[in-house]
Amino acid sequence: MDSNTVVKEFNYTSKDFASDQDVRWCPGCGDYSILAQVQRSFPEIINKPKENVVWVSGIGCSSRFPYYMNTYGFHGIHGRAPAIASGVKIANPDLDVWVATGDGDLLSIGGNHFIHTCRKNVDIKIILFNNRIYGLTKGQYSPTSLKGQVTKTTPYGSVDYPFNPPKLALGAEATFIARSIDRHAKHLQEMIKRAGLHKGTAFLEVFQNCNIFNDGAFDLLTDKETKDDHVIELKHGEPLVFGKNKDKGIRLEGFNPVIVDLTNGHYSVNDLWIHDEFDPSPARASIIMSFDEIEGFPTPIGIFRQIFKETCDEAITRQISEVKKKKGEGDLKKVLYSGNTWEVK
Amino acid sequence: MEHDKEKELLELKEVTIRFAGDSGDGMQLTGTQFSDNTAWVGNDLNTLPDYPAEIRAPAGTIYGVSGFQLHFSSDDIHTPGDQPDVLVAMNPAALKKNLPELKPGGIIILNIDAFDSKNLSLANYTSNPVEDGSLKGYQVFQVPITSMTSRALEGIKLTPKEVARTKNFFALGLMYWLFNRPLDTTLNWIKQKFAKRPEYIEANEKALKAGFDFGDNTEIFTSRYAVSPAKLPAGIYRNISGNEATALGFLTASVKSGLPLFLGSYPITPASEILQYLSEYKHFGVKTFQAEDEIAGITTAIGAAFAGNLAITSTSGPGLSLKSEAIGLAVMTELPIVIIDVQRGGPSTGLPTKTEQADLLQAAFGRNGESPVCVVAARTPSHCFDMAIEASRIALKYMTPVILLTDGYIANGSEPWKLPDMENLPDLKVNFVTQKEGYYPYVRNENLARPWAIPGTPNLEHRIGGLEKSNIYGNVSYDPENHHEMVTIRRQKIDNIRNDIPDLEIEGDINAELLVVGWGGTYGSIKEAVTKARNDGYKVAQIHFSYICPFPKNTGEVLSKYKKILVPEINLGQLAYMLRSEFLIEVIQYNLVRGLPLRVSGILDKILEIEGGNNG
Repeated sequence: MDSNTVVKEFNYTSKDFASDQDVRWCPGCGDYSILAQVQRSFPEIINKPKENVVWVSGIGCSSRFPYYMNTYGFHGIHGRAPAIASGVKIANPDLDVWVATGDGDLLSIGGNHFIHTCRKNVDIKIILFNNRIYGLTKGQYSPTSLKGQVTKTTPYGSVDYPFNPPKLALGAEATFIARSIDRHAKHLQEMIKRAGLHKGTAFLEVFQNCNIFNDGAFDLLTDKETKDDHVIELKHGEPLVFGKNKDKGIRLEGFNPVIVDLTNGHYSVNDLWIHDEFDPSPARASIIMSFDEIEGFPTPIGIFRQIFKETCDEAITRQISEVKKKKGEGDLKKVLYSGNTWEVK
Repeated sequence: MEHDKEKELLELKEVTIRFAGDSGDGMQLTGTQFSDNTAWVGNDLNTLPDYPAEIRAPAGTIYGVSGFQLHFSSDDIHTPGDQPDVLVAMNPAALKKNLPELKPGGIIILNIDAFDSKNLSLANYTSNPVEDGSLKGYQVFQVPITSMTSRALEGIKLTPKEVARTKNFFALGLMYWLFNRPLDTTLNWIKQKFAKRPEYIEANEKALKAGFDFGDNTEIFTSRYAVSPAKLPAGIYRNISGNEATALGFLTASVKSGLPLFLGSYPITPASEILQYLSEYKHFGVKTFQAEDEIAGITTAIGAAFAGNLAITSTSGPGLSLKSEAIGLAVMTELPIVIIDVQRGGPSTGLPTKTEQADLLQAAFGRNGESPVCVVAARTPSHCFDMAIEASRIALKYMTPVILLTDGYIANGSEPWKLPDMENLPDLKVNFVTQKEGYYPYVRNENLARPWAIPGTPNLEHRIGGLEKSNIYGNVSYDPENHHEMVTIRRQKIDNIRNDIPDLEIEGDINAELLVVGWGGTYGSIKEAVTKARNDGYKVAQIHFSYICPFPKNTGEVLSKYKKILVPEINLGQLAYMLRSEFLIEVIQYNLVRGLPLRVSGILDKILEIEGGNNG
């Protein structure tokens, strides 16, 4: 996969991407890690002068992100970041356009822009800071809050079912879908790099702890004691194995994923599901995404799926050059003076 | 016995025709063809398409009637005519709906084939109006349009449905005969339109010619009419609708500014055509983005403006409501975008296909916070071209959103357009900032505009957004003094535009007692009413606003000269409200909100009511 290889011509360091602004998230917020991993990853993936990088955001804690990056930045309005970013990218396809957004911003008020950006395959990278809560408005439930979750607006528990964000992206035909966790620094860096190198709409969900309003939401996935049994890291071409001692595996039986014990002699790694990031069919990726909803299954992180197809901005540029070839460069006088004209003397 | 084919040719100064039929009968096409032909033969003209929001309402019903009115003259005219002289009614419903507006003694041409019991009852006629005397006082011509068309098309391999569909060309041919027109423009159009369907070319040509020949051969018409070419200023002309002129205006602004044009838009009646027209100009590098909704229409445009394009979004009333928050974002980020609002009947979904002027206050004030924008308005179809360029010029020069108001009437209506001299088109060249020295995102030039530094420019990386920023430096700022200063600067910047736009020109009698004040698409009706009043001996002056936010700088002075001020509007007094509050003057309102252009006679009556007896 050509576009997943790095061409390093510019010797940027992480400091080159840090702006002079004081970072003002709450101490202990997972956003700090995401910022740090982005700044650490960028020297390896930005293979053009850095003035060609644009960060766009909406509203929410995550959306302060552009202020902290020493690139061009646009702090938009609630939910509209994917649309603003699409405009930037289509206006100038030479730019690398990134979106920093949250679960309320992207999946609630901005849901429409999100799905249509994916559908059109606009070449922008979307990082979803998913903390399953509204932070900036101080603790109301979000479209990824769990059913039953007690928040300021759900004192008796939320009655809503949450979105499964990768599934939404898959349904909307995003061409790159991945997930990581704020506290898995190395993994997160790797996912940011892969998203950055993807051509097309890249969607990266990051589980991010809001230590003020939803602290511990991802503890099972991050605590040393529990994480290995509750997280499965997807790796291309490798079997689905998890557990502290790599002692559990997942098989696909028909349409059903099944957890098997690798220690009792019945199954070996050779019997397991081999992950294929580039599977053209969305079916298997969809099943992996639904592990979230199956009792006892580990939460998958990594790249669910990456496919390649013409991007929206490429298609627009191509069409323009095709029409120019066919009709010649636009001639204003010819257009204004077209149709049935007549002369009054 | 050979009958005498020579018919009397009567010279008329002006005629208003209305074509009316089912929405599937092709009345809009017929009207457009007649308009193009009329323009081409050199008459001045003005048109009013009037169609239902339903695409194909049940055939034969009154609510499915689609109409197209055009007014043409050997003289200078400005409106589609108050009342038609000629009504072409393709079925009973079309007759029923339009008869009340026909002038007494007017001509009615009926497709008598359609007056069967089924259609009569669909139109809620209890007896046949052709037979029961209810058309007394009109000149009625019963023409079997449907059957004559099928007879003319015998031998062409078409389905009966396809044959029936050409009957509008029979009617058009008959009208061409009646008004002594050549068939050339329509014959050429048919050839181009159906280049790949020779049988359609043959059928439509035959229907058109059969209609023409019918007029020539039948005994029922004893005379035909001629309207001489109008004495328009010398130049090359074409017939143009407001929406097409708007599209061409922005295309021109793109070429003259050297910036690629980006249009983010969501289809909405009656503005969709702007998106359609501009999507054709890919060879000019135009990028049209049909967005998922109105909000994405404007926010993609804001993104494109940030990236350095001439960025615009087109919509109609409900869409303007949806774009409000994003317009505020463009105010705050001080980016140049143009929002085109082709006004329609409101509120809410309102009257999608009808015209209105009731978005003025929304355009001027409809946002949270102190959110000043520039608001301009086009007065006629071809004026949309000029105001699209003006809106672009102001947006680029002042780094501000500009709202361009047009309306359903001028957007769909058409008139002859004197094509501009290419050399006289304004230069809109833009200089992006590239120097790091002295650059800050909110440092300002003499116009109070901030610098436009686009992504891709080395060393000028900066962040903007909807949060308040410190003046000059552009960092997020909650400082009370800074906020007051920025609010004041944003207002001052818009106010300064008044030094950069033309003064109001007073038309009519400068020293009159009465001044008639309008804005936007009512220009033609007011102009004709004022002209008529003056012809009757009244002294009346007229001004018409194309720039509303801010008002031209001589506005206060002009208004203060007149003892009485009449403000006709297709709303309940929105300009009147703004004039009162800004200039502390009293005005007389004339408001009719019928979804239709103001009638000349209505404004004239109001002028006479005010000035009664003062005609010397």
